[in-house]
Formats: sequence, structure tokens, C-alpha cells
Amino acid sequence: MLRLVHLYADLMNLYGDRGNIIALQRRCDWRGIALEVQDLTLGENLEPSTVDILFFGGGQDVEQETVSRDLARGVGRAIQEAVEDGAALLSVCGGYQLLGRFFRTTEGVEIPGVGLFDAHTVAGDRRMVGDVIVEADLGQKPSTLVGFENHSGQTFLGPGAHPLGRVQIGHGNNGVDRTEGVRYRNAVGTYLHGPLLPKNPALADWIIESALGRRDGLETPLAALDDRVELEANTAQARRIRQAGPRRASIR
Amino acid sequence: MNPRLSAAIAAGRVASRLTRALRRGGGTVLPGHVAARIDTQALSTLSSRLPQGSVLISGTNGKTTTARMLAQIAHRAGLRPVHNRAGANLPAGILSALLDGCSLMGQPHGDLGIFEVDEAHVPAAVAAIRPRVLVLTNLFRDQLDRYGEVDFVARAWQRAAANLPLPAKLVVNIDDPTLAYLSESRLGPATTFGISECSFGHEGLPHEADHRLCPRCRSRLTYSSSNYGHLGLYVCSGCGWRRPVPDVAPTEIAMDGEHGSDFNLNSDGPIFPTHIPLNGLHNVYNAVAASAAALALDIDPQYIVQGLAEAQGAFGRDEVVQVGDGSLKLVLVKNPVGFNQALRSLGAEDLTLVAINDLFADGTDVSWLWDVDFELLGNRRIVCTGLRAHDMSVRLKYASVDNRTTEPSLENALSLALDAARSGARVAAFCTYTATLEIRHLLQQRGLVAPFWEN
Repeated sequence: MLRLVHLYADLMNLYGDRGNIIALQRRCDWRGIALEVQDLTLGENLEPSTVDILFFGGGQDVEQETVSRDLARGVGRAIQEAVEDGAALLSVCGGYQLLGRFFRTTEGVEIPGVGLFDAHTVAGDRRMVGDVIVEADLGQKPSTLVGFENHSGQTFLGPGAHPLGRVQIGHGNNGVDRTEGVRYRNAVGTYLHGPLLPKNPALADWIIESALGRRDGLETPLAALDDRVELEANTAQARRIRQAGPRRASIR
Repeated sequence: MNPRLSAAIAAGRVASRLTRALRRGGGTVLPGHVAARIDTQALSTLSSRLPQGSVLISGTNGKTTTARMLAQIAHRAGLRPVHNRAGANLPAGILSALLDGCSLMGQPHGDLGIFEVDEAHVPAAVAAIRPRVLVLTNLFRDQLDRYGEVDFVARAWQRAAANLPLPAKLVVNIDDPTLAYLSESRLGPATTFGISECSFGHEGLPHEADHRLCPRCRSRLTYSSSNYGHLGLYVCSGCGWRRPVPDVAPTEIAMDGEHGSDFNLNSDGPIFPTHIPLNGLHNVYNAVAASAAALALDIDPQYIVQGLAEAQGAFGRDEVVQVGDGSLKLVLVKNPVGFNQALRSLGAEDLTLVAINDLFADGTDVSWLWDVDFELLGNRRIVCTGLRAHDMSVRLKYASVDNRTTEPSLENALSLALDAARSGARVAAFCTYTATLEIRHLLQQRGLVAPFWEN
């Protein structure tokens, strides 16, 4: 049995992030793998040895401040221990930023992060919103991730950090160096927010596989599923974006 | 005589006639654009000439229906409202409504402005129009590709409330903690409304709820009851701040599906039994919002009761079109809270169309579909259509809604639905904004509905 902990599920779930949990649940379910999902919220503790998958979604600045204080109580350290021990983790947008080394506000104040990823984020003055296509590197098989981003923070990776992939269309980490996200051991950070996994089943399965490998110590490939509906949505949207270019809403 | 204003009005008239003659739409926006290019003060000048002043209505959900209810009430009270009733709620749309029937000298055709306003444009509209009453219905996650985050709108409304002329009344839904806090922090008068009865509430909060933290101290809010989204009875676990008692509240609410709802309207004085012919708790909220606004305008309650009894949904808001022996119901969906509310009030329809577009007016990000509880559809027959038909199909696959077909062309999907309706089926069509316009346009071509600007 696998155990997934949804970090601050009630506060960090702004853009349909629960789609990722639903995708992991169903894809385990279809293969007969038991997956237990537990929400963790403010004031609760995380026991690193009992968790196989961690999910950390995006939130608003106000919620993010509250969560950042709560992480400093010890939950941040527990996340780090779990990942060092091989647990799989997917963090999105605000969750990704909080797991970096620090976040520098527009006033120049550095708010410390968990430090799991060798990355830091700088508050930006323009919001990066729109469709994204990323060529992801998940070890063996390259795959095209299609999603949507909406962030003003610019994240820069340290020299030792490995990006999740390269941006083909969109902004990615910072709109400057074409990198998108980060990958460290079995942990991933990304700006592709909301329901990333349903339409990108290769990444969903990479997470499940990593978690199983750590739990059983085996590298058994997962049973294949019929992903035609998912891949059709992935390629249909990628085709639209490539033809028409990414649409960016005019904001502020 | 203001020659610049008269020129702007004349140009707006030409634009209006041209759009209608060319069948490019109802002229609900272009005249305003044209007139504002000639006289940038036109909106401010024309609205200041309304003898009864203006009411502005904003909020994520319910602004169009609330504005229509208030217009009907005002009409019953003998007023002549100037109203952007087709829902064109940017400044150009409001100005177009003022230009409609306006004399060349700049006298609007009516005495009371009733204008719904896009959430992000409330500060600008307050500055230009200086309303007598500002109504705020609720604030949910919506169009985050435009706003970035929900708090962006909350901050815009704080600015607007601060700049509201002091004697003007703020009318807010205090079941929404953000709005309750907003009304408490304003100096001027406020009329609050809410639903205190718990009989339709749920324990705790649904997953799609926003604003879980206290606007005062940032501690967690706990809900003894929530009506939908985060609207409900809350108390802060930190500072003890709790939902205030509303000035206007419905009691003894009885909902009877498509027959509408009954409730008693309670304010300071006597109790008024009220009926609205629209279904769902969200429409009770809309009716109470319209009532509170009418009371803020000192309209006699008897006209409120009369006006609400004649309330009609706006185009595409539960609009039922008769087709042969069957019917097609159009339900506009824009955000998770509204969509979940619509799914919960779904009847025994035989076929359900889900039409998802992702143009600017719909929101270019369809992530929010994953906050909608499509699991409620069970084994109903579904057709996924629109520009994001494939994404919708993935969402339904993961909700175990397996009796579904995917037909990206709206025209083909609608033909399927109309064929079913002709042989007696009842069809529900959940459509995003531009999908609603497109489907109504197709229905209009087939002679099944009137153009939306005549609705």
C-alpha cells in the first residue's frame, strides 16, 4: 500500500491542484495498487518514514505566508528527510517556491524556504500567465508536458540543480533561461499548475513508479493503461498552442 | 450644451445603428467605445444626470440576475431604470446602456442607473459614476488567468469601498467573510444581507472554498454551516470574529425545484412573504441582494415582492428552449462554485452537453474544471464539446463518468442534442460564456430563440 500526504490541502489548492491527486488515485486504482490519501494542515506533524508520495500545490500570497511559518515548525525538515529517503514529491507553483532556499520579496527581504531544492525565487513585477509546453527529462524517456502557468515569482536554479525540462513555449522558471521546474531524487517542482498529471500520464506514472520502487526496493515496470483519452487531450492542446501561439491574458 | 458630449452621443448612435444593421451584435459595447473616444468624460457626465442616481452591482456570481431583479423591482416602483441588461459590464457596456435612447443634449432615457460591473473594474466605475449604492454579492475563485489570485479582486474592492462617496450605501453579502470585513472597515452606511437559516447548509467547507483564513488575524475560520462555496456561518478560531447578524435575511425558505422558491423577507419592519420563479439557493441569494439594494434605495417592500415574483433569469441562465416535444436548458458556467451549484440542482435530464471554450471571456485556463464535482453526473449520457472538449473528456474519465462522447464541434454537438430533444428528450447544456453565445447564435439561426440583446 502507498501513502500520499497532501500538504496544506485546504490552503494550497488554488488552481484545480486536486486534479493531480485524483489522477494518482485513479491510476493506482486501475492497477490494483492501494493508495491512501491524507491531508496535512496547519499545526500537524509529518512522519517521514510513513509517507511514499507528497503533494504540495499552489496558493495565494496570504496563504503562502501562513504556510511558510508552519513549515518552519518541523514539517519542512520532515519533507526533506522523506525525499532523501526516496519518497516521491510533486510540488507546484507556490509549493515549489516554498521548497527552494529562499524567496526574495520586492522589498529585498529574504524569506527562508525549506531548502530541499537548490533554487531560489525572486518576486517579479510582471505576471507570467499562459499555456506552456515543456520537453521533460524524466530519466529514460523524454515526454512532452502540456500545461498552464500563472506566477510572478522568478525561480533560478543553483549550479547543481537539474531542471525538470526545457521550455518550448511559455515562460517556465523565470522567463529568461528556458528552464522549467526542478528534479532532485524523486522530487519534482514545477510551475505547470493545476491538473498537470491527468493530461501528462508519463509524469503521473513516474511518480507512482518512484514511490513503489522505494517502498518495495524493486524496479518493476507499471502495467500499461489505455491512455488514449489523456494523450489525445495532450496532443490536441499542444497542436493548438503550436499553431496559434500561447494565449496570454492581459492582466493588471 | 456640451458640444463634445453631443458629438460623442451622435457617434454612439451611428455605431449602434451600424452594428445592428450589419447584424454584428446588439450594439451593447461598440457605441460606448466610440463615444468614450470622443468624450472621455461621457460616462461620468451622463450618469450624473440620472435624477435618482445609480446602483452598481458586482460579484463573481449572480450580478446579471441580481441586476435584472432590481430593475424589475424599480420598474414596479414607477422608476425608469437605465440598465446594461445584456450583461456588457465593462465601462464601454455601461456607457452604451446610457447612450441608448439618450437625447443629443445628453439627457439619459431613464431616471435610475442599474449597472452590473466586472469585478476588476469596480474602482474605475465607482470613480466615474459615484453611485448611490454599491452592491457586492460574493467573491469566488474565477478567471485567475486575468486576476492572478482571488485577493487581487478583494484589494480592488477595498479601494473602491474607500473611494465610495461617504453618503453612498454599501450593500454586501455578509455570509462572505471578505465582504463582511469590507463593510465593517468602511465608515459610511452599509446594508448587509445573508442567509441565517442552516437548513440548506452543509457542515464544514467544500473543497472548492476560498478565503479560509480570517481577514482580521489570518487564523483559520471554522464554519458551523456553509450554504455554497465559502458563504456561510463562520467564526475565527483565533480572534473570535464571527459572522455578523444581517440587516436583511430570508426566513422559512422553501425551494421547489423548477417552480422556484418561497421565503419570508425580513428587514426592520413587517415580514413579507415572497416568491421567486427561479430555482436554487443561489437565486435566493440574488433575490435577497436585490431586496437589500431596493431597501437601500428606500423602495417600498410591496414593490420588492411584486418585482421578485416577475424575476426572469438572464439569457443562458437556466434558459429553457422548447424543441419539438423536448427541451434544451442552457446553463452558463464560469467557475467551480457556480458549476457545482448548477450540478447539484440538475433535474432528471436525459442528455447533458458540457461545452467548454477557453477564449478570453471564458478564461484561457481550464484548470478549474478539476475543482468541479463531475462525479455527481454518475451514469448520465454526456456529450463533451467546445474548444476544450478533450480536456473535459479526461476530467469525466477520472470522475468515472463513462457514458460520454466527445464532439469538439459545437454545431455537431448541438445537432445531436436537438435531434434528441425533438424526439422528446430533456437536454441540459452547461456552457462557458462564449460557448453560450455560440449555441444561442446557432439556436437563433434555427429560429428557436430571440437574439440575446432582446432577451
